[in-house]
Order: sequence, then C-alpha cells, then structure tokens
Amino acid sequence: MANLGRAGTASASTSALRLALPSWLRDASQTQRALSALVVLSLYNAIFTNNFLTLATLRVNLTQVATIVIVGVGMTLVIATGGIDLSVGALMAIAGMVAPKIFMSERGPLDSPWVAVPLAIVVPILVAGAFGVFNGTLVTWFRIQPIIATLVLFLGGRGIAKALSDGKLVEFRNPNFDYIGTGRPLGIPVQVILMAIIVALAAWVMRGTTFGRYVLATGGNEPAARLAGVPVDRVKIAVYAISGLLAGLAGLIVISLNTSADPYRVGEGMELDAIAAAAVGGTVLTGGRATVVGTLIGASIIHQIRYTLISHGVADGTTRIVVAATIILAVLLQWRGD
Amino acid sequence: MTEAQPRRDFLLEMEEIRKIFPGVVALDGARLCVDRGEVHAIVGQNGAGKSTLIKILNGAYRRDGGRVVFDGRPVDFHSPQQAQSAGVSTIYQEINLVPFRSVAENIFMGREPRRFGFIDWRRMNREATEILGRFGVHLDVRQPLMNLNVALQQMVAIARAVSFESRLVIMDEPTSSLDEREVATLFDVIRGLKASGVSVIYISHRLDELHQIGDRITIMRDGKTVDERALSEISKLEIVARMLGKELGEVRREGATGFTKRDVQTTSAPLLEASGLRRGRALQGASVAVRPGEIVGLAGLLGSGRTEVARVVFGADSVEDGTVRFEGQPAAFHSPAGAIRTGIGLCSEDRKAEGIIPYMSVRENLTLAALPTLARNGIVDRNRQREVVDRFIMRLDIKTSSPEQRIRELSGGNQQKVLLARWLCLNPKLLILDEPTRGIDVGAKAEIQGLIDELADQGLGVLMISSEIEEIVEGSDRVTVLRDGRTVAEFDRDQISQDAIITAMAHGEDAAVHPPVGT
Repeated sequence: MANLGRAGTASASTSALRLALPSWLRDASQTQRALSALVVLSLYNAIFTNNFLTLATLRVNLTQVATIVIVGVGMTLVIATGGIDLSVGALMAIAGMVAPKIFMSERGPLDSPWVAVPLAIVVPILVAGAFGVFNGTLVTWFRIQPIIATLVLFLGGRGIAKALSDGKLVEFRNPNFDYIGTGRPLGIPVQVILMAIIVALAAWVMRGTTFGRYVLATGGNEPAARLAGVPVDRVKIAVYAISGLLAGLAGLIVISLNTSADPYRVGEGMELDAIAAAAVGGTVLTGGRATVVGTLIGASIIHQIRYTLISHGVADGTTRIVVAATIILAVLLQWRGD
Repeated sequence: MTEAQPRRDFLLEMEEIRKIFPGVVALDGARLCVDRGEVHAIVGQNGAGKSTLIKILNGAYRRDGGRVVFDGRPVDFHSPQQAQSAGVSTIYQEINLVPFRSVAENIFMGREPRRFGFIDWRRMNREATEILGRFGVHLDVRQPLMNLNVALQQMVAIARAVSFESRLVIMDEPTSSLDEREVATLFDVIRGLKASGVSVIYISHRLDELHQIGDRITIMRDGKTVDERALSEISKLEIVARMLGKELGEVRREGATGFTKRDVQTTSAPLLEASGLRRGRALQGASVAVRPGEIVGLAGLLGSGRTEVARVVFGADSVEDGTVRFEGQPAAFHSPAGAIRTGIGLCSEDRKAEGIIPYMSVRENLTLAALPTLARNGIVDRNRQREVVDRFIMRLDIKTSSPEQRIRELSGGNQQKVLLARWLCLNPKLLILDEPTRGIDVGAKAEIQGLIDELADQGLGVLMISSEIEEIVEGSDRVTVLRDGRTVAEFDRDQISQDAIITAMAHGEDAAVHPPVGT
C-alpha cells in the first residue's frame, strides 16, 4: 500500500512530463529510449552527414568512445551499489605515468621488450586497481561518503601522476606498447575489441553471477542486503577496485594513442563523461538499477551528438550546451521512475 | 454548526483528528486535551499515531479532519515555525540543533538579537546565559554545542523552546538517551516549567517515568484516542492493557489467529541459548532459549529490547556481554552471513527498510540469501534457481504475475511470504520472525500464522517477536517477556495467559518491590 502511495506522488510530480510523451516512449525503459535515440541520431547522420557511413568514420568514432565506455562500465558497477567514483580520471593519469617508467627503463630484465611491455601493461593497471581498493576502504571501513572518499584521489591522484613524471610531458616511441592504442587486428582497433569484451563480460557478470546480484542488492537496499547475508563491504571494495582497474586500462590506451603521457591531460574530465554515459544509458544514480549495455549506448549517444554538431560546424560552446541538455533530458526521463 | 462547549478551560483541545496518508488511515478519531500548567503524557504502541498527532499539532503535517483549539482560538498551523511563534515548541527525539555552533547561537538561531543589522553577540550571550540559569545550568554559552553531553544538549533544546515564550512544550522521548541522574535533572526542569504555567506534552514508553512526572495521560491505539485520564487513577498495568486494546481478565477468544494448539515435547536440547546479553542501554541482561520444533514468543513493550535481541543473535549487531550458544556450541556471529551459514534466518520488523530489495524481481528477492548454495564458482545456476522459486511460489501460494515481477508491486502479505521463502529455501534450523504479520491483511495474516505452525511441526525452531498479544498467546509454546532490555519473565505452555504477559510487560520482576503508583 505504501508503495502505491509512493508511485502516486512520483507520477503526480512528473505528470506534466508524462503528458508530453507518446505512450510507446513512456512505457519503454530508459535503455530502450536511449537505444531509439541512438538509432535516430545514426539515421540522421547517415542522411545528412558526409562520410558518416564509412568504415573509417565508424572506426574513429568507436575508437574515441571506447575509453569512455571502458571507464563507464566500472562507473556503472560503482553507481549500482549506490556509490560514485570521481577518481577515475586521476587513476588513468597515474597508470599512464607508471607505464613509460617501466618500458623506458631498460634496466636489468626490463631491457627485453618481452618482459617490459607485458609488465608496463599489467603493473599500471594493478596500481590503479590498488587505488580503487583504497577508495573502497574509505567508503566501507571509514564510512566516508563515496563522493568525498573518491574526491581524495580526484585531487591527490593527479598530484601523484605529476610527481611520477616530475610534472613533465613524457614522449615515447614504443611500437610494442603502442599496439593497445593503435593496433588493428582484422581491421578492428584493439581498444574497440577490449571495449566489446569488457561490456559483454560485465553484462554477463551482472546478470548471471552471485557477485552481480550482490552489487544490485547492495545498491537496492543496503540494510536488507546485509541481513540477507550479502557481504556488503566486500562487494563495495570490489566495485571500486574494478573501477580502478578499468580506469588503469583506459589510461594506457590514451597514452599509447597519443604516444605521450601528460600528467595534466590524461583522463581529464573522464569521471563526468563516464557518469553521464551511465545516466543517459539508464543506470539510476541512487543505486540498485544499472545496465552495462545502457552505458555503452549512453556513451555512444553523447559522443555522436558531439560528432554530429562538430561535423556540421557548430561551435564548441554550443556543442557542450547541447550535450548538457541531453543529460538533463535523460535524467528527467529517468525521474518518471518506471 | 454545533460548537462543542469545552468542559473546562483547556490550553489545547484537539478533537476528532483525522489524517490519511496515501493508502493508510494514520489517525481517525484522535483526541488530545491539555490543561494549563500540566504535564500530559501520551502513550501508544508503534504506529498508534502519537507522532502523527504531534506533527499535526505543530504544523509539520496538515490534518484531513478535526478541530484544534489552542488557548481558546481555533488554529491551523502551516509550519512548525508558525506553531512556535504561537507558543507551541517541539523537542524531538533526535535533538535537532547544530553541533558546530555555539550554545547561545543554538538557542537564538533564526531570531538572533540584532544591532545595526549585525548580530548583537554580547546581548545574545548574556540572554542565553540567563535563560540556561533559570534551569540551574551554568556553562560558557560561547562553546560549541557538541562539547556538551547529551543531557546538557537536551537542556539547551529545552531552553531554546522556552525562550520562544512557549505556552506548550512537546517532548518526544526526551529521556531515551539520558542516564538516571540526567533524567532527574530533566524532571526538575519540567517541574519548573509547570510551576511557571507552561504545559508539557510528554511522549515516552517508559511507564515508570509517567507516574513520576505526569498529571494526566492520553492513551492511543490504531490511530484513535482510547483513554484519557488522570495518572493517579490508572495503574501501569491498566495503561499497558489499554495500549494493547485488552481488558484485564478478558476471556481469551480462541481462534483469533491462524495458530492452532500443538503438542510439543519441550525436552529436547535447546537449539539456541542466549543469556545475559548486554548492549548499551538497549540490552541489559536479556536471555532467551529456543528448542527445535518450538515457537517461542518474545514479548515486551516498545523499547524493551525485542528487536535488539534478534539482531544480536543474528550477528547484525555486536554484543558487549553475554553468551550465545547454537546447538550447544558457542556462537558469536560477527555478521548475518555467519549466522545464515549456521542455519539461522531473520525476517526483520520493517519489511520495506530491511527486507525487500524493491526493484529486484520476486525471483531475485526470494533467492538472495540462497545464492551461494545455488551458484557454482559464483555463477548462478538458473535452472535450479527457477526450480526453487517455482516451488516456493506454489507452496506459500505467493500471488505474483510472474517470478520476474518486481517485489515492490506485490501486496504486503505476499512480500512477507517472499521474505519467509528467502529463508525457508535454505532449510534453516532457527527462524527469527520480528513482527511477522505487521501491516498484512487478515487473510494473509492467518495464512502466515498457519505456516509458522506447520514449519515448527516439521522441527524448525521459531523465535517470534510480536506486539500483538493474541499472536503471542495463541502462537507460542513458550513466552519470554522483556522489559527495559532484561528478561523479566518466562512462561511455559500452561502458564501462558494474556493477563500474565501483560502484567510482566508492565511490572516485570519489580512488581513485588514497586506496586503500581496510584492504585
């Protein structure tokens, strides 16, 4: 009965919005709406934007969206538990600064690329993952609000990245390492393949594993989950760790694409892009309802809006405003509940 | 229009108060009349409507019906601020002051004395010192509030209320966080207020306090005022009976619940033995034991520590002292997960806050606790999961359009069945049920009670907490009564009676030492 009551108030507060929507749009889930929006955008571009329907354009667009999606998947898991991770951009920078230190060192066994390159990939990702565990520890053991807990590394993490590179831009040429940013097995960019694997894996984990159900139960009703035996603290630490690992990987992709590591620029603003992608895709920011595939769609929408406006010569300022408006619209639609 | 003539000159008269929340009638026929300069107690069980009535009085809620007359004039406060400027102040259970600001600032917040548009600090501090002095509290009013202990913070809250020239001060559970000496100080302050002509509404579930400080009492039950009397005319026992809606000596109606009488051999070794549990003020030596196949009723008034016992046994809260043994082995669980592995389940009292995961499906909710047993290497075996869910939907007759329906869309009774199934599918040895039928319609209620019986017949030990005396009397094979966090009485099957339980709830073991005041 109380539920009925709540649904009643929610519908009253957004009745104006309800009326403005055609019924098929009203009854669809946020993810379905996002998918329709993506299809409409793509159709528009197919007709009105030159060279949109070329393999090269598709490749460029997917390459650009891949890092946001990879980080967005981790963000989606964190948000699913009712948290948020503001540190992802800074963790990308840390991973991006650690990698060149390894493959450029040429000391001892690191002289061999067979040792140095795998280490330069694995170690930075693990370092970023360890910082994720740090975030999770602040959130669980010390009961610090996620936004504040991850703000610590949002600010401090970039400081660590600067210290690692003495505040300088590190330029490098390392064809073996650059493969993760520029390699194209079967013509598909490596980071796009990574993105696809990560999205598929995460979507399956969320649906089919105990861990995935625990993540959603924790965000859906933490006290209830705890009483049902869900190891809430461990689940939370795990999602921040995963978010850190994925941010680390994204950081490596960015530096290998740029063949340079800039402690100031790597991952800059990524936290907000990732949150926006999750929100537009249908993940509810209060936790308990999350969709990894939605995040892929959300990131694609935001990216394609940017691409469309820029390719039609719209000024950067206007583009940002339109993107912001899209996010507001998505959140408004989410409000409607379900 | 027929204006009811007041029998006497009340400061406050609330009559026929009605308040409806979506889907729930919170108040219907509530009445509260407070004399000038009296301390008026309000009692009632959880959900009786005390807080709603107070919030209607102080403008936090709007009423849907009834009349409120304050100091001879009909009033309809739109906000607590408006009520406050009319002379009605409320001090809430959780002290709502600002811990980082000074004592003086807290007293004058929102109406700081000003001079040339700036706060007149000197005057504010002087007046604050003076107001506190009236209560015999002497301290540096410039220090931050958080430096003070809870009792002093309470005094500051009262000082703030009084400094509004309040005519009526409402205190909601003011002593819940105070120790005995602090309570004595608070009572001195209340007597001081009374002497200066201020009326006090005093909400408390500590019955001993009521006779010490109160003049008259209003008893509420199910959104109605059921009694209103001078405290000198009513014993603690009668108060409890009225709160529960029972007449003392009333012949027990058989079959008011879905429970049937069962034959239990209570000779087997105990499944659960908890003794001497202590935790803060909530638990001060509580003990309870459950044998296999036995339903043990855990009775007590609000705040007697029933839920706390359940949480401590289940490992949801830590315990400061005392022992828990399960199947003869020492068992101190540090988390619910540990208790669950050992074979214990807990249905919490607040289904919405601590039971359901609202946006998950019936299937997910039902199997949440069982996931580790339904998964291999962390991967959920969908077929086995579906099989379990289908079986329990059938067995408990859960009304749902499909296992994939979101649990929030189900009725309260069906939600409760899903939560029961959450434990039953684990084949537990002990099930702790905290208010298993609260907020559930009559039909589903009898069904659930019947199910509890059936489960006990199959050998499950059940610890059942309930505020409904019928449920305890008819459903239990043994009853343990808690009062102020202590086990004060235990009754075996043939000793269980409504009167015995109510008496124990009201007086506990102190009955012989302290006869009820005023009888």
